[in-house]
Amino acid sequence: MNAIASPSTMASRLSGTGTANALELRGVSKFFGALAAMQDITLTVKPGERRAVLGSNGAGKTTLFNCITGDFLPTSGVVRMFGEDVTKFPPHDRIRRGLRRTYQISLLFGGLTVIDNVYLACRGVSRNRFSLIRPGRSDALMHSAADLIDAVHLGEVRDTLVSALSYGQQRQLEIALALAGAPRFILFDEPAAGLSPAERGDLIEILNNLPGHMGYIIIEHDMDVALRVSESVSMMHNGRIFKEGKPEEIEADPEVQELYLGGGFTHG
Amino acid sequence: MAVTEDVTSGPINDRQQHWWSGLSLSSIPAPYWFVGVLMILLPVLVGPFMLFQVFGWALILGMIALSLMFLGGYGGMVSLVQMSVAACAAYMLAIFGDSAITQISLGWPWWIAIPIALIIATGFGTLSGALAVRTEGIYTIMITLAIASAFFYFTRQNYVLFNGFSGFNGVKPPQLFGVDWRQPIPFYYLTLFWAAVAYLSVLYVSRAPFGLALQGVRDNARRMEALGYNVTAHRIAAFVFASFIAAVAGILLVWLNGQVSPGTAGIGPAIDVLIIAVIGGLSRPVGPFIGAVIYVLLRTFALDFMVSIGLSGERFQLLVGLVFLAIVFWSPDGILGLWERWRNRMNATDKLTGEAHNKDGGSGP
Repeated sequence: MNAIASPSTMASRLSGTGTANALELRGVSKFFGALAAMQDITLTVKPGERRAVLGSNGAGKTTLFNCITGDFLPTSGVVRMFGEDVTKFPPHDRIRRGLRRTYQISLLFGGLTVIDNVYLACRGVSRNRFSLIRPGRSDALMHSAADLIDAVHLGEVRDTLVSALSYGQQRQLEIALALAGAPRFILFDEPAAGLSPAERGDLIEILNNLPGHMGYIIIEHDMDVALRVSESVSMMHNGRIFKEGKPEEIEADPEVQELYLGGGFTHG
Repeated sequence: MAVTEDVTSGPINDRQQHWWSGLSLSSIPAPYWFVGVLMILLPVLVGPFMLFQVFGWALILGMIALSLMFLGGYGGMVSLVQMSVAACAAYMLAIFGDSAITQISLGWPWWIAIPIALIIATGFGTLSGALAVRTEGIYTIMITLAIASAFFYFTRQNYVLFNGFSGFNGVKPPQLFGVDWRQPIPFYYLTLFWAAVAYLSVLYVSRAPFGLALQGVRDNARRMEALGYNVTAHRIAAFVFASFIAAVAGILLVWLNGQVSPGTAGIGPAIDVLIIAVIGGLSRPVGPFIGAVIYVLLRTFALDFMVSIGLSGERFQLLVGLVFLAIVFWSPDGILGLWERWRNRMNATDKLTGEAHNKDGGSGP
């Protein structure tokens, strides 16, 4: 995987931004007409930090992700990645700077095979995206694509069309696409949604085995997953962040229990 | 969707040694050999009329439809401007090169006029693409249709450059290597060569990073953006590639007809290209050529057929329309779709015995 980003550009990026926060949002709001999907969000994530964002449906979690990746431009506020103001950048420019994301509903290339999907992801963050030369045996990207497929346990279906994969396999492929290249910061949007208990175990293992420098934000409804893969938690409600803390603090907070866990929740 | 060619899925799977080894002779399945040899031996089998007016024309139309197939099948962008791009190349060759309209034609030698014509026509197609790619679906069709109409009316009304209604006649291919390239047999081989080059390059590019990324854009543009691709730039680049193929076909077209006029670039021909691509099938590069042969055979023989069954010959368009309707009705994915379903049925396992109907089939289209 390291062969993908050219060493010189990686070094220059890292040296210039060594102390900067991985992600910094200052007063970010997003309005759809009169509807405030997200209001005055201020959020700081350090390099390597793993944070869960919790909140009920409609709390603005996915809107937050869309503003970070650039799928939506925020109505107001500033988004910084590794010290650089990326508020107005198109998504592909943010991705090339080391950001990755997965989608709540899998967005894959159904007409292509598993290996081609991952190869595209690797190629997207490298040079020669417009290359007219077919990849051969010596192609480093093809190797890293195959490694990624093995890492998410999809080795057996590498030449299967993605439209023929099971739901759980498609979720795993989502994650493989986000791990392509040299990600520095990943946004996981409900990666465990719809997975079986066994698949959830796999997912937790994959997330906890990510290299330490790879920070991420994870949106997750399943508290078991969310609290086992994160070291800090932000609670969202009605488009605002109303509480931040360590997983155990959030879990014990009576206000959180009232709002998010439906009052009667007691943790055994 | 069977957009990935059976023959070519090998290179990545097998971890080939060189990028060109996917083109080695042994990897070409038998049906390809058969069709290839048949096309090369065709001058022995059919007369000059069939060779020039039917197969020459079909190969040229197939190339123009192939450029639409590349954009539509791999890129998910249906462009109606491809015929205009071909006509643009034809006009430019007539303007910069030689024609009977000596007061406009500059009479430059072919080795300057042809590259200029190709560059201008490709530029025209690229500009049209740049306007169209920010939209999706029906809006792409509408914008390209509007550009095609504008080009048609412009060529008909402009007399200074395009010689208005009558256009240019007397456009001939150069006498190269002592061969008269407008004779049926040389011209057939000329078009066959360029059609094969266009077909193979589309086949090759479809598995190269650029082609794969284009199919990714077709399947899911938003995800491609989230993988680091500039989707707009990729779509425009697809228009450059497709327009170049259409431009090459346009040069051949003006040599075939000996003339180019606004009628070449009309709305009718623009839609005919779409019909050809749909009849043949948009899922593989071979589809447009199949569609073109059917279309040209119908256009050429429908009139005689109508007269022979006692109907008025002017109604030949009725027969063309009915055949188109029948194909789209029974197989929305064209002749290729019919073929694939038949092959799948032959290869399917018997549900009762679990045995394969046909064990050796399915090696290629």
